Amino acid sequence: MKILEFLSDPIIGIEKWIVQLLENWGVAPEWQTFILYLIGAAILGTGALLFTLILIWAERKIIGRLQDRLGPNRIGPWGIFQPIADMLKIFIKEHIIPDGVDPIPYHLAPIISVASVLLLWSVVPFSDSVRGSNLNVALLFILGVGGLGELGVILAGWGSNNKFSMLAAFRASAQMISYEVPMAIVLLAIVILSGSMALGDIVKLQTIAYIFFLPLGAFIFFVASIAENGRAPFDLAEAESELVAGFNVEYSGLKFGMFYVADFLRAFTSAVIFSSIFLGGWRGPGAEQIPILGFVYLLIKTVIVWFLGVWIRGSLPRYRVDQMMAITWKFLTPLALALFIVIAFVAKLIENTNQWLQVLIFLVINVALFVVGFAIVRKFEKEKERKVVSTKKRALAQPTNPFTQSETGG
Amino acid sequence: MLNQWMYIGIFFIIAMFLPAVAIFLARILSPKKPTKIKNSVYECGMETYNPTWIQFKIQYYLYGLVFLIFDVEIVFLFPFAVAYGKLALFAVVEAIIFILILLGGYLYVWRKDALTWQ
Repeated sequence: MKILEFLSDPIIGIEKWIVQLLENWGVAPEWQTFILYLIGAAILGTGALLFTLILIWAERKIIGRLQDRLGPNRIGPWGIFQPIADMLKIFIKEHIIPDGVDPIPYHLAPIISVASVLLLWSVVPFSDSVRGSNLNVALLFILGVGGLGELGVILAGWGSNNKFSMLAAFRASAQMISYEVPMAIVLLAIVILSGSMALGDIVKLQTIAYIFFLPLGAFIFFVASIAENGRAPFDLAEAESELVAGFNVEYSGLKFGMFYVADFLRAFTSAVIFSSIFLGGWRGPGAEQIPILGFVYLLIKTVIVWFLGVWIRGSLPRYRVDQMMAITWKFLTPLALALFIVIAFVAKLIENTNQWLQVLIFLVINVALFVVGFAIVRKFEKEKERKVVSTKKRALAQPTNPFTQSETGG
Repeated sequence: MLNQWMYIGIFFIIAMFLPAVAIFLARILSPKKPTKIKNSVYECGMETYNPTWIQFKIQYYLYGLVFLIFDVEIVFLFPFAVAYGKLALFAVVEAIIFILILLGGYLYVWRKDALTWQ
């Protein structure tokens, strides 16, 4: 019986054991919490960093298969030791520090990049009982720490003493701040539904997952989080097949590896946050009685969302820079604002009705808004674009070519 | 409450500490054979001329400004959203008017083509 109880919630069991141990040693209660937090944070941080190794392997393998390649397959069965070999290699590579770098931003940038991703894990509730911190401003914290990632990018570009990396950093941070706007507006709508900014409470309140209330919001948030992570199809700041590297061009050795780790971990972290906010996090049948099940549910939901992101990365071609900016400023942001206004208004009107009726009304609103928004965009923007493109005069490669009929090269 | 911020603080220190230690270890382990050519800035393979920290395109600044306006608006709206359950319909309408005013500015920026990448 005792073993079963322990197995149903092992982490709290271990925590109790450590507390008892510390009490026997005569440690003051304040220091007990401090030591517990220290152990928890250290395990979570190290675990997340090491988990990246699996993520890198899985992502490379999945994208390889999606694109009809084999992916890593040499080291170990199915190439599972590939990331470990990569890590060893990158660990003992020479650190080249180019002349004339600005030392503080240059050395701080990779650390801040990783820290900004790791910090997000501190507010994620993993199960009913286990969570880092049920911060009452968790959503603002997520937005703010997301901003730290931009700081890492801009510091890397600025410190490198390289015009191209600075240009890439400008582009990357313009993209990231642009996509933060619709993301934050969707988070506002979530706060309206839940009445709390604490992530633990938001998960707990989702007897019906918020994705059914706000499918459009979930869509906007998902697209924005892909773009915020700078992954394909929004990866033009560091387009692997077109540019040299982007803002991290001057980095080598483990400093570059840190950007790499941050990139892969950020994709998974934003999947965790997406599934906590929209898919009900650890919630599922029996998760409240047996907390360990909460981990499993959260993991399953997160892996599904993360896989969707990888799938998109593996199959869609890259957007142009003007298209990318237009998507956020001329589609996602107005749509998110309209969604927020309508939700704020309607939620007050149907405040005291049945929850399922609310879900139905919200669903209808979301679908209608999406259809209307998409129709408007298609009608105006496409026509405008066609006009602009058709009037453009293209420079001819060979102006003297006798087969060229018109000035526009037609 | 304070405990939760303490956890964030501890986590922040650890989150900075882990990559810093890893980089420091790698610095010790890795070979160091700097040469003049190796340490030169990698741009296009050509010699770099002129300072790097120069003025860049104004467009980024415009995006930054619009972002700032929106972010401040959102920060103002978060308290409204948290207190939403206790508000009457009138307060909600007021908040919507607040958003609509900003939406007017947004449409102005849009018409002025500040949101189009040029």
